[in-house]
Amino acid sequence: MADLISQPALTGLPVTLGRATVAALDPGRVTSIAPYPGRDLSTALAPLRFPAPGEVVSNGSIRLVWAGREMAFLLGAPAPDLTGLAAVTDQSDGWVWVSLEGDDAAAVLARLSPLDLRPASFAPGTAARSTLNHLPALIIRTSETRFELASFRSMAGTLKEELHHAMQAVAARAAL
Amino acid sequence: MRIPCPCCGPRDRREFTYYGASDYLDRPAEGADLEAWDNYLHLRDNPAGVTRDLWYHDPCQAWLEVTRNTVTHEILSAHPVSEVSA
Amino acid sequence: MTNAHRIPGKGLLIDRSRPVRFAFDGREVEGFQGDTLASALLANGTRLMGRSFKYHRPRGAMTAGSEDPSSLVEILDGAQQTPNVRATVQEIYEGMQARSQNHVGPLNFDLLALNDLLAPFFSAGFYYKTFMWPRAFWEKLYEPLIRRAAGLGRLSGLHDESIYEKAWAHCDLLVIGAGPAGLMAALSAARAGADVIVVEEDVRLGGRLLADQPMVGGMAGPVWAEWAADELASLPNVRVMTRTTVTGAYDDGTYGALERVGLHRAPSDTLPRECFWRIVAKRAILTTGALERPIAHPDNDRPGVMLASGVTAHLAKWGVNPGRVVVFSNNDSGLQTARNLTAQGVEIAAYVDPRPVSVLEDFPVYANAQVTGTRGRLGLRDVAIRHAGGTSMIEARTLALAGGWNPTLHLACHRNGRPTWDDSIAAFVPTPGMVPGLSVAGAARGRFSTAACLADGAAVAAEALSDLGLTARPADVPDAEDTPYAIAPFWAVEAGGRAWLDFANDVTTKDVKLAAQEGYSSVEHMKRYTTQGMAPDQGKSSNVAALAVLAEATGQGIPATGTTTYRPPYVPISIAALGAGGRAEGFAPQRLLTSDAQTRSMGAPMIEAGLWYRPSYFPQGGETSWRAACDREVGQVRNAVGVCDVSTLGKIDVQGPDAARFLDFIYTNTMSTLPLGRVRYGLMLREDGFVMDDGTCARIGDQQFVVTTTTAGAGQVMRHMDFIHQAFCAGWDVRMVSVTEGWAQFAVAGPKARDLLAALGITADLPFMGCADIALGGVQARLFRISFSGEEGYEIAVPTRYGAALFAQLVSAAEALGGCAYGMEALNVLRVEKGFITHAEIHGRVTAGDVGLGKMVSAKKDCIGKGASLRPGLVEEGREQLVGLMPVNQGEVLSAGAHLYNESDPAKREHNQGYVTSVAPSPTLGCWLGIGFLKNGRARHGEVIRLVDGLRGLSVLVEVCNPVFFDPDGGRMRG
Repeated sequence: MADLISQPALTGLPVTLGRATVAALDPGRVTSIAPYPGRDLSTALAPLRFPAPGEVVSNGSIRLVWAGREMAFLLGAPAPDLTGLAAVTDQSDGWVWVSLEGDDAAAVLARLSPLDLRPASFAPGTAARSTLNHLPALIIRTSETRFELASFRSMAGTLKEELHHAMQAVAARAAL
Repeated sequence: MRIPCPCCGPRDRREFTYYGASDYLDRPAEGADLEAWDNYLHLRDNPAGVTRDLWYHDPCQAWLEVTRNTVTHEILSAHPVSEVSA
Repeated sequence: MTNAHRIPGKGLLIDRSRPVRFAFDGREVEGFQGDTLASALLANGTRLMGRSFKYHRPRGAMTAGSEDPSSLVEILDGAQQTPNVRATVQEIYEGMQARSQNHVGPLNFDLLALNDLLAPFFSAGFYYKTFMWPRAFWEKLYEPLIRRAAGLGRLSGLHDESIYEKAWAHCDLLVIGAGPAGLMAALSAARAGADVIVVEEDVRLGGRLLADQPMVGGMAGPVWAEWAADELASLPNVRVMTRTTVTGAYDDGTYGALERVGLHRAPSDTLPRECFWRIVAKRAILTTGALERPIAHPDNDRPGVMLASGVTAHLAKWGVNPGRVVVFSNNDSGLQTARNLTAQGVEIAAYVDPRPVSVLEDFPVYANAQVTGTRGRLGLRDVAIRHAGGTSMIEARTLALAGGWNPTLHLACHRNGRPTWDDSIAAFVPTPGMVPGLSVAGAARGRFSTAACLADGAAVAAEALSDLGLTARPADVPDAEDTPYAIAPFWAVEAGGRAWLDFANDVTTKDVKLAAQEGYSSVEHMKRYTTQGMAPDQGKSSNVAALAVLAEATGQGIPATGTTTYRPPYVPISIAALGAGGRAEGFAPQRLLTSDAQTRSMGAPMIEAGLWYRPSYFPQGGETSWRAACDREVGQVRNAVGVCDVSTLGKIDVQGPDAARFLDFIYTNTMSTLPLGRVRYGLMLREDGFVMDDGTCARIGDQQFVVTTTTAGAGQVMRHMDFIHQAFCAGWDVRMVSVTEGWAQFAVAGPKARDLLAALGITADLPFMGCADIALGGVQARLFRISFSGEEGYEIAVPTRYGAALFAQLVSAAEALGGCAYGMEALNVLRVEKGFITHAEIHGRVTAGDVGLGKMVSAKKDCIGKGASLRPGLVEEGREQLVGLMPVNQGEVLSAGAHLYNESDPAKREHNQGYVTSVAPSPTLGCWLGIGFLKNGRARHGEVIRLVDGLRGLSVLVEVCNPVFFDPDGGRMRG
């Protein structure tokens, strides 16, 4: 009989270098929700609502995060019944998640992403799709100094390496 | 080069994949003659000036019709193809 | 004596309490913390720093900045060895190793200085004229000789393992250069609340305020600069980047900049050496000042001949004593330099000016005079002057040339802008609007006095702020020196001997005139014919003088002659910085399978498949070659059971009421008729009618399908589906999302596949091409009955987190049944034996008909690519069709990439009948098998043709056959 043990996408975290820490993050259940054209999901999603581009809509620990064109990720709770309203796909295993936190978190991210990370352009409580070097990324900013990063699970090792290199360089500059 | 993605705002061209002229939006109807297909697939203007072409914003998966000037490099607009062809 | 050539109390940038020892050409030298290599050498009396490119003439520093044409040295050792470092930029650090370059033998006795004696033969266009004939000599003699002599500096030939960095920055306003104009612009913008980045090439803000030290707001220039820098540093909306050079202006407010992060320190394991910045700015102000230019006169290239601004900068910033100085100037700024130097205790032996100046100074002034020559083999000793009274030879250690100032407008021209000639300053100035969003202020647009720079910086900042929707407070511009600048254009002294223009590439006024005489009279032609401005300094100090000489030779005048094209980068950028992080494993992301760790622990060599790493084969005891392992694995699959990780295949979840309709549009065949719980092979065309990709489509819900793509095609297919959806049917009720990463999927294939599933507790009562949700050890899983091996085959998919565990159990269950894990080699053999296609076959130039799947293009519906697939060229007789190929002599090897010819024809292009796309050594059939494309191939089964691989020297007779070599009826996989 099969006896399947779950394996994490990443090991060896957290890592702190200088003023930035990268740590594993468990967003809980992740479900992509993509509404069909013209559907009203407000009742089905209440008290959440479908986010506008870049928006993160929260209800306690449950979040509905904009994740691309006409798509959002529901984090932390199973999806409600959206039959006939939206395509619903489990994404819990497709992504690796980490948090990046600290006074130099934005400086570290600026080594990897072409995003404008100034708080006026990328405000705490919002999300963006971008790239981290060559990796696809969903980036959620939870505060000026904390980000949640998600990338393809198979690239977890590269994500960790890239973050490590960037953190090391930023820490070495800070130590000058 | 920066393209203003209607979803994501202005982004560096690294985030985009180029496809070709926006002629690809004018797909011949089923049963169109071969000349229509030939025009659709192969016949392109090569303007010194304003041109429209198709770019994919990989991060958000939106296909865009970008209007830009090949002489000045100015990007005049970017619209989702879902709205352009609707 | 150490530091003998310093003036006490001078040197803003050095800390005399911190001596720094380094080596130049193996000799220990002591400078101070803050010295550049050039300033430390000059302070220790070393003027000779290297040899010129062509004639190996002795050369030293001429300037005090990144524009220096001639002080190129090599630093560091081993893999970090870096050539062509400008001694005027490189700061010294304890233990630094620097070497002069471009000489054979010692620096002061360069054997290749022989070239200088042969100079009459090496005129402009020398190579083009000399190495023309005999023709055969080019490859064998001339080119190797020239290559050996050519090039500046040496590469280590090793990978540079140092750390380099790249980074992004964004701002409202980018200020490029922090001299008086830049500082004033930055202060105005910062005080108005703009988000400002100030970029300065030097280690400290101030620009010429540091070197010339004019009074500003009642303070000495450097004091005011420090006060301004302190204010900027205190503001949260300002970011100051020193040791950083903006290298290029690109589209839409993007600028490239190179930061010397750790070049001024001993190499470190963690600190980057350089960082390449991409700065995105809504507006930018170019305040890069101006660069002084020399005057061409005979022998104006000796170590000790410097630009006047270089002499003053070395004195002010590093306390370097120039010794007795002759100043040769055609403008008032040169005269001012002579006065400044005198005031600081430097002896001016002569002030020489071709203008009829009439001034009374504390030093000898020669009006209507010219410098006609110099003496001193390895360093300046005497300066020859022609004046009203005749000719004088004056002893001097330094000759300061002041030929006028060129605004540093390079960045403003990077988008093919052409500057405008301004007669009043005898220089080019930026044409407004050359780079959208970039304005120019201060000396960079020809406003040369300190007061004018400060006022212009504030005024241009106010304009920029208004563009940004901000209001500048009334500018508080301090009082400052406002001396007018008068210049009489004077480019070259007419006298015998060689007068140098380009000190890096050894171009003389004579070369430029010769170019004009020989018809290379356009400035772009002259540049290439003479190599003027093509050295690492890109002619920053010499181009304008060269084109002035050209303009005079052609009689066209300077405005009509114009400039060459300005291109990025403004300073040389190391490839290591541009490609920071991209070497070795940083080149591309690594996608690892959940089975990766176990696969590697089983000793499998990994091969790259796109970004994925997949096992080539799983060696067992005694197997010494891939062939042995592969033969065994194929045999075990055919006779027992094999397990293979196939998670790399793209998987797309397609949902919605219109999902089936959408798939009918995407695929050539009909998916809407697929019953729930069944899988269908699907073929996708590009819109031009050629095959794009293939895969399976499983209906797992009434309105839900899981589509697989090839490993290579996953990204392309997703983009394609997004395009078709968004462009042609955005209103349909269908959505798709990639689930490739969410599922670990394993193929289980072989006559004992069902037994293996049973061992895991899975009852496999699926029909061929069936699928079902199953529970596996409490985990929701999916089971597909599909086969890429020709055996009874299943694929089990579990959420990725369980992949590693499932793989381990599948492998041990397989081994218990006499089976094994198999890799890419066996997978390839198994599929070739069955004639299954991959991207080796569907390579972008084949139709559905070519691969024998023409019937899959449904006649009953439209689909992407169908219209174009009916074009005559795609359906006509004589197209190359997929065939199988077997060697006539069983033992012979086949090769992919080989071409096919009729047996009687020579193996020439015009007789080509087709080509081979895949081969495999088949243990099942006991010979090599090939599949490929052959003209009218399907009608030629049984024919013997010749397979020729010119690269590998193969020529093999093969029999054309059905590409399905093994079990053509498919009985084994249907079970």
